Amino acid sequence: MQVNNKFSMTLMSRSANESFARACVSAFATQLDPTLEEISDIKTAVSEAVTNCIVHAYDNKPGNIYITAELLEDNSIRIKIRDRGCGIENVSRAMEPLYTTVGGERAGLGFAVMTSFMDKVKVISVPGKGTTVTMIKKISRRFNLNA
Amino acid sequence: MSVEINVTGEVVTAFLGGELDHHTAREMRETIDNAVELNMPTLLILDFKDVTFMDSSGIGLVMGRYKNLTKSGAELHITGAPPQIYKMLRLAGIEKLAKLEGR
Repeated sequence: MQVNNKFSMTLMSRSANESFARACVSAFATQLDPTLEEISDIKTAVSEAVTNCIVHAYDNKPGNIYITAELLEDNSIRIKIRDRGCGIENVSRAMEPLYTTVGGERAGLGFAVMTSFMDKVKVISVPGKGTTVTMIKKISRRFNLNA
Repeated sequence: MSVEINVTGEVVTAFLGGELDHHTAREMRETIDNAVELNMPTLLILDFKDVTFMDSSGIGLVMGRYKNLTKSGAELHITGAPPQIYKMLRLAGIEKLAKLEGR
């Protein structure tokens, strides 16, 4: 699939960057003319993935989060969110709704939300090395009044 | 992020506003819990009308308040959720814990 546009950024794993990350990716996605609902879905999925990096991968300690977003020729956006944190021993278990390894008030719904709000979600993780979450969302082509 | 608390008799209403994520949830949680501890309501209403963004941290916040309230037999209602937030609440099955109003 041809990539029409791309941006990458590196963030420190600080919770204040959660809103920054989702704002950046959703601002980039506006080039595909998404609906408000599609933008909100992207924002939510990015927020979940970045929060996972901060809370789980780096256990609230400093680390880098690498985000790449690509606009593809079929009017979809592919978002990669990568960390060099602790990794996930059992990915399919981590993706089960309500499963969480931390206490406090984490609902254990991060991956369920990503899967539900995006069209494709792929998780590759190596324990001790890190995790890459790749998500794709197809943006509907809307009727163009000027066409 | 903002929380405004209104107390009427045995009902505490928390008007939430702005973006609700992992970063902002803690402060919201503390404000709500302080109001509940102080007023011992029989009903807590979380008003989401002015919430502009919410991820699953908001679900954690609702589930946590529900757990605390059931200890004293109090009820939890959720009101005013905009469509995207309603979608998230439904995905998490929150209607099994709290009454979803206003839709």
